[in-house]
Amino acid sequence: MRHLLSVDDLGAEGIEEVCRLADHFTEVSQRPIPKVPALRGKTVAMMFCEDSTRTRLSFEMAARRLSADVMGFSVSSSSVNKGESIRDTVDTLSAMGPDAIVVRHRSAGVPQQTAAWTDASVINAGDGWHEHPTQALLDCYTIRQRLGTAAGRRILIVGDVKHSRVARSCVTAFTALGAKVTLAAPPTLLPPAVETWPVDVSFSLDAVLGDCDVVYGLRMQSERQAEALVPSLREYTAQWGLTAARADHLPPGALVMHPGPVNRGVEIASEVLDGPNATLVEQVRHGVAVRMAVLYLLLGADSGQIPPGETP
Amino acid sequence: MAERERRRTPPYGGVFAARTRVMQPEEIKRAVWRMAHEIIERNHGLDGLAVVGLQTGGVWLAEDIAEALDEIEGAMPPVGTLDVAFHRDDIGLRPLLPEAPTRIPFSLDGQAVVIVDDVLYTGRTIRAALDALNSYGRPRSVQLAVMVDRGHRELPIRPDFVGKNLPTRRDEMVDARRDGVDIGEIVK
Repeated sequence: MRHLLSVDDLGAEGIEEVCRLADHFTEVSQRPIPKVPALRGKTVAMMFCEDSTRTRLSFEMAARRLSADVMGFSVSSSSVNKGESIRDTVDTLSAMGPDAIVVRHRSAGVPQQTAAWTDASVINAGDGWHEHPTQALLDCYTIRQRLGTAAGRRILIVGDVKHSRVARSCVTAFTALGAKVTLAAPPTLLPPAVETWPVDVSFSLDAVLGDCDVVYGLRMQSERQAEALVPSLREYTAQWGLTAARADHLPPGALVMHPGPVNRGVEIASEVLDGPNATLVEQVRHGVAVRMAVLYLLLGADSGQIPPGETP
Repeated sequence: MAERERRRTPPYGGVFAARTRVMQPEEIKRAVWRMAHEIIERNHGLDGLAVVGLQTGGVWLAEDIAEALDEIEGAMPPVGTLDVAFHRDDIGLRPLLPEAPTRIPFSLDGQAVVIVDDVLYTGRTIRAALDALNSYGRPRSVQLAVMVDRGHRELPIRPDFVGKNLPTRRDEMVDARRDGVDIGEIVK
């Protein structure tokens, strides 16, 4: 595997492999000196053309814990603001010879395009409404850590599926692992061809709440109110928010997940977020180990064939 | 034999075929017993001593040595396991994935650490292990115990405790398990 552009690049086997490797990197992260020399001499370039804190920091930390060098780049301080095209930005970055480029962009397809323009491995760190594969991987890893396996689990994804790259990647990843996914959202926040997705759809959160192992809340962006997709955030919370009262109807031990950043009190009530079944902090922590696994798979483990005639 | 050894030896993807048995199970038991005595003698007891087996081939030997130490001294030293994949010098040259978890649930600061592996060959695994141990603290000393030393070192590394010195050719393989040590080849 040379690039990670979509969860489909991995398949169920690839996701399992990332999770197995992430176990090892979780152990590395718990050492007194949480750093290994595995990717010494490799350079990872960050091409973040959209605001991001946690994904970017997580990738940087993962690269550093593997002893790779990190080349930063963000839209506010770069020549993208001076009108440089993506093509020229990629050419410039590539000319410096990075081994991997981590791409975040507001338009779908930019990572795919970047992969065609550079010799480096390209990792999709979120493109438009399309995909966010490493988020889905760390969610799979979190479910695996908490529930043992994702296979046969009932996962309820609630909220703005239409504009969510996280939802797209998660649906692909969860179903690949054999989970049963249900989407709960108002019709205005569902994607146009949702009937072709391998999921069930419910227009009532209360109707499906009692029958799940995981509730996965998506971020409600306030702009959606301006677009009149929801009447108001308060009404959204009344219908679709995971309030403390609704959380009481969850089966005991059901996980409450969210990709962050979370709007406390909108998608999920504050007391639920602080409860023992909320995994938001774990998700962030697992993010570093999972991204170490992805970087190691792309730049270390898989990069070479055995040279003929070499001694072991 | 350690899975990593088999995968890295041509013809790739083959299986180990034993040709000559060089140690019987009871000889291995006696060697473990002797090595345990030597470890105690060298360290004047078990005070501040820890045993770390290298994944995957060294783990059984680390367990057996620790049990022998327990039997002789009446105290079990802490036993850990270490996978050195991320510290190897051939990452990127060949597919390298860790095989089994590292578990060192005790501090190595100021300890005398005995690294245990099944077969000592080029010494590169031990170099990686020395590097990996640094992440866990600063032992007061590091010693090396192996069941078989087959020669062909590529680095200035020597074992402190050896079950058996075994002259080999480079194209031979050594398989050291609890139930016997064999010389053989990888065949397809």
